[in-house]
Amino acid sequence: MLLEGSNRRIHSVHRHAGMAMAGLAADGRQIVSQARGEANSYLSNYGEEIPIKELCDRVASYVHLCTLYWWLRPFGSAALLGGYDRDGPQLYMIEPSGVAYRYFGAAVGKGRQAAKTEIEKLNLSEMTCREGVIEVAKILYSVHDEAKDKAFELEMSWICDESNREHQRVPADLLEDAKAVAKAALEEDMDAD
Amino acid sequence: MEPWTPDWTKSPHSMGTTIMALQYDGGVILGADSRTSTGAYVANRASDKITCLTDYVYLCRSGSAADSQIISDYVRYFLNQHTIQLGRPATVKTAATLVRELSYQNKSFLEAGLIVGGWDKYDGGSIYAIPLGGTALKLPFATGGSGSSYLYGFLDQAWKEGMSKEEAEALVVKAVSLAMARDSGSGGVVRTVVINEQGVTRNFYAGDKLPLWHEEIPRQNSLLETFTEAEPMRT
Repeated sequence: MLLEGSNRRIHSVHRHAGMAMAGLAADGRQIVSQARGEANSYLSNYGEEIPIKELCDRVASYVHLCTLYWWLRPFGSAALLGGYDRDGPQLYMIEPSGVAYRYFGAAVGKGRQAAKTEIEKLNLSEMTCREGVIEVAKILYSVHDEAKDKAFELEMSWICDESNREHQRVPADLLEDAKAVAKAALEEDMDAD
Repeated sequence: MEPWTPDWTKSPHSMGTTIMALQYDGGVILGADSRTSTGAYVANRASDKITCLTDYVYLCRSGSAADSQIISDYVRYFLNQHTIQLGRPATVKTAATLVRELSYQNKSFLEAGLIVGGWDKYDGGSIYAIPLGGTALKLPFATGGSGSSYLYGFLDQAWKEGMSKEEAEALVVKAVSLAMARDSGSGGVVRTVVINEQGVTRNFYAGDKLPLWHEEIPRQNSLLETFTEAEPMRT
């Protein structure tokens, strides 16, 4: 019944950075809005695109701020910040407490435990971004519980040399390939039982 | 009627000045004269117009001495905080952007012609010229100050890409001394600053060691020498 593409969880923060939100969607949008403001003001003040670490620190400070006063409630969402700056590609996760760490693989949301287990099995240092897209799709399909969870729409974005270091949605044909491979892998697993 | 007082009791300190910067293979060289004038009076004949902003970025100042000093003080302060926050040295572009913002946003109050030059690991040696209005121009070489008028044509012809450090520094000294010969607002000594990956080197060229150009007479220590010369000067 839900119109496809109407519940976006991934947003661009700047040309070279994007965020994926888990949790309360409205809270997530506020974090993205703050991140966009920080990225733009950095560009105005310093003449360069904001380094991803700096962006992460600023957003984390803001999220932490909302845990300090009785008249503010903490954010009900965690953000995965991915970007590509002059020091290379980086991934950060900002939690509602305001804590933020850099990761090579991370997961948030209901199926995060299972997803993290799957990620740990991957050999990240030798994977290209294209291959990563397929792996991520496989993991998302495999942790989705058919019985308990509602039907879902897969949304993916990437930022790599192939995308000219720009944050963009994964091209439609690659996304379809990834979904097909993921569904096939799921069938195999079911058959293996 | 007001009693007449000389203009140098009332004029603000201005730096007549010749400043320049040029890129060479591996870094940048900044150069300047050393005259600060108040009207016709030379307030400081040995000033240092090349100021440090960060370990690897320096600023050449011209125009109003007060204005250029206050801009450099603010930018040094901002860059210091920025470096601490970022955890790595600031880029030359960032320094130039900060200087440009101050210069442009306060253009009706300020009169400062500035050149930002330095080295960072992403872009190597870079030079940004920020003249009066607050525009920022990235260039391979730049000049500023009243003496710069005499250098545009000279540098257009003499600057080449990929010079060695020695060639480039010799060119800077030659250019600044040429401008000092023709511009009354420039004079004194030539100071240069070389910035590259290895660090920063300051050099000093005394006024009497500089080459003499057309119609410049050699420096005399006293008039007594002139009058007791074996061979009197002939016109």
